[in-house]
Amino acid sequence: MKNKNNLDPEKAEKLLFQMLLMRKFEEKSAELYTKEKIRGFLHLYIGEEAVATGIIQALKPEDYILATYREHAHALARGVDAGVIMAEMYGKQEGCSRGRGGSMHLFDKEKNFFGGNAIVSGHLPLATGMALASKKLKRDNITVCFFGEGAAAEGEFHEALNLASLWKVPVLFVCENNLYAMGTALRYTHAVQEIEKKGPAYGIESKAVDGMDLLKLMEAANKAVEQVRSSGEPYLLVCNTYRFRAHSMFDAELYRDKTEVEKWKKRDPIPKFRKYLLKENLISEAKVQELEKRLNTEIQKAVDLAEAGTWEAKEELTRFVYSENPVS
Amino acid sequence: MKTIQFREAVAEAMSEEMRRDESIYLMGEEVAEYNGAYKASKGMLDEFGPDRVIDTPIAELGFAGIGVGSAMNGNRPIVEFMTFNFSLVGIDQIINNAAKMRQMSRGQFNIPIVFRGPTGSAGQLGATHSQAFESWYANTPGLKVIVPSNPYDAKGLLKSAIRDDDPVIFMESEQMYGDKGEVPEEEYTIEIGKADIKREGKDVTIVSFGKIIKEAYKAADELEKEDISCEIIDLRTVRPMDHDAIIESVKKTNRLVILEESWPFGSVATEITYQVQEKAFDYLDASIVKINTADTPAPYSPVLLKEWLPNSGDVVKAVKKVMYKD
Ligand SMILES: Cc1ncc(C[n+]2csc(CCOP(=O)(O)OP(=O)(O)O)c2C)c(N)n1
Repeated sequence: MKNKNNLDPEKAEKLLFQMLLMRKFEEKSAELYTKEKIRGFLHLYIGEEAVATGIIQALKPEDYILATYREHAHALARGVDAGVIMAEMYGKQEGCSRGRGGSMHLFDKEKNFFGGNAIVSGHLPLATGMALASKKLKRDNITVCFFGEGAAAEGEFHEALNLASLWKVPVLFVCENNLYAMGTALRYTHAVQEIEKKGPAYGIESKAVDGMDLLKLMEAANKAVEQVRSSGEPYLLVCNTYRFRAHSMFDAELYRDKTEVEKWKKRDPIPKFRKYLLKENLISEAKVQELEKRLNTEIQKAVDLAEAGTWEAKEELTRFVYSENPVS
Repeated sequence: MKTIQFREAVAEAMSEEMRRDESIYLMGEEVAEYNGAYKASKGMLDEFGPDRVIDTPIAELGFAGIGVGSAMNGNRPIVEFMTFNFSLVGIDQIINNAAKMRQMSRGQFNIPIVFRGPTGSAGQLGATHSQAFESWYANTPGLKVIVPSNPYDAKGLLKSAIRDDDPVIFMESEQMYGDKGEVPEEEYTIEIGKADIKREGKDVTIVSFGKIIKEAYKAADELEKEDISCEIIDLRTVRPMDHDAIIESVKKTNRLVILEESWPFGSVATEITYQVQEKAFDYLDASIVKINTADTPAPYSPVLLKEWLPNSGDVVKAVKKVMYKD
């Protein structure tokens, strides 16, 4: 039976598990980073999990997703195997990009997960283009593009939105407004700080939503996705959220007050959702405990896969640069 | 003399020049409040205030162009790219406006601007974050390209770059900012366009620049043990290039190895090779060997990355090859 928020126990459990998996997976990644198993840049999504979860639950598997370098959670929500992601972050052959991409460049075509883009705003035009292709090829799907509020200062944001609207293509732009672009606060980077006001300038319907509340996100996402699907036109959804951790693994966080971080942590979307489910009898304490056990097994499985993985042979270095079947 | 880090050399050069000339300002992502993504502008916001040390949004095309515009109108901006990978977003303003303005306007406008930031790879950062565009920029008439390899050169050359009346691309490295070196207490500048012989030697000339030159030093130490003496030339400035220094050295050693951290096609090494075969063909006792990264985007995997990036072992091999000792 569904409650007033359209949740039944099965879906409730799935969503809670998904958010817990994102959180645990990244806590484990941070630990593995300090052990130098994972290298390079590692950007954690901890605190923002409700956004990817709320949006992606509204999608069909055939819809397309693009995200930033802070994309482990989106890949997980999309159903990319945790082990395959972990193996990629180890740089192993079993990884979704065979160790070429690392944390910032996750790709999984089978799951319609189109990256992992490490150039800020570089994927917004791609999203418009993918939606354009869907329209031209008469595919019955939409494209969803996640990006930070920092990305909205790039010209590519504006060009991608204008053309998405002008050419009427089915793309949902999801701004993950976590208030900071690396160490730069929103107030230093946008003359108009409500990112949702930028959509209407291009004729795009836009809305802002509490990004710390999964229920509100689901409601907003369901509506936005439905509208893009039925109209075939773009939509901008701004999710106001917060990252609890540093920008990446190196960051003294001098740009924000500890009290501010603590204040936001009180709004942690995961305990909030769990509490709600318990109160609504959509889940039992016993079930939650079972989930946590399952979670630990899942994470361990992922790490085991990565640990046991094989290094790509150095002869493989030149592969994938060009088609292996050039036109003759 | 005093010993300072590379990042301090960069900050000192900028700060000294800003004290001297009010028209200079620094602008870029995270340069002010954050003291620089790699702390190369540490303390500068405190000293010069937010009007002269300016945090920008992530808007490379916009702030590169704004820098050029303000340079047309009396400022001498220093524009920092968090890394030169992101300069690609702003490259139109560098190539089409900064580099060409003087010539297109028959010399009516000049663009005294410095674009600076790290170049090249810095560990396992993957394809989009490990690129070296020295040869791209050096290919463009109107630009000067400087790639120092130690704090002394960085400070002296950056001061010259800031004083230069034309646009200068000044390339550093995330992996060099912590390097320490001696610089004089008193003010000094280094002339743009002059290479520096970092080690004298008689058997083989190795030309390199930027952080990868350290692999040449390591190789030279190795080879020394086998009685092979390497002369190491640090280009310091890629454009204008100090051909004379290279030619003179090749005339002495008759053998040339070039070490560069970028893709091999149309690289700085390619240009040097052409110049040397033209001006010193008869002096060469062996074909020139150039060492570049592999001809692929940078991989993340540590195993593949090691294979991709040139190292001292590659230099040793190349030197032995031109000595016919392989
Ligand atoms: C074009 C470009 N410029 C700069 C960077 C360096 N950089 C990486 S993430 C980042 C901050 C992005 O902030 P935002 O878009 O708000 O997303 P968040 O990281 O907060 O999720 C910056 C400046 C980059 N990767 N690409």
